[in-house]
Amino acid sequence: MAMEAAEIELLIKEGIPDAVVTIEDLRGDGDHYAAYVVSEAFAGKSRVQQHQMVYQALQGRMGGELHALALQTSAPE
Amino acid sequence: MSENLSTDRIQSEINENDVVLFMKGSPMFPQCGFSAAVAQALTTLEVKFKGVDVLEDADIRQGIKEFSNWPTIPQLYVKGEFVGGCDIVREMFESGELQQTFTEKGIEHAA
Repeated sequence: MAMEAAEIELLIKEGIPDAVVTIEDLRGDGDHYAAYVVSEAFAGKSRVQQHQMVYQALQGRMGGELHALALQTSAPE
Repeated sequence: MSENLSTDRIQSEINENDVVLFMKGSPMFPQCGFSAAVAQALTTLEVKFKGVDVLEDADIRQGIKEFSNWPTIPQLYVKGEFVGGCDIVREMFESGELQQTFTEKGIEHAA
């Protein structure tokens, strides 16, 4: 089951309200995405913690219906 | 019951091996591009690591996700600590942070 990019963005923003989210459909197949997420909430957190926050926002879809989401996270400069 | 057994097995792999990669397939024959990428980075750095093939054990495959609160495989552990999955390891490898982590933790690796 594939997911729409807009749906991924919505879920991330629901979980992390100030997030600036950029989503790329890497193969144009609705199944392999890259997401770049920038949020104040990431400040002072490790990369593992930042990614866990995004996975949390995706409510269990990561690794399930969302097969491949390459993730890059950062706090604003 | 099986959940406890898989947690025990995961914990002992991590305790007994300085560098452990939970992956799909083996280091020689990875069955997934993401697992292959991490195994490749470790091989490039000439780091000795133990590969645990989650495809051989459904309990480990599920258990490792709960163990680390991390939904995907591969997962890299160094000296008992969860370092990250494919994206993080790749980012760290490219920036030189991975090499630095190995140095700090006293793991032999190529420069």
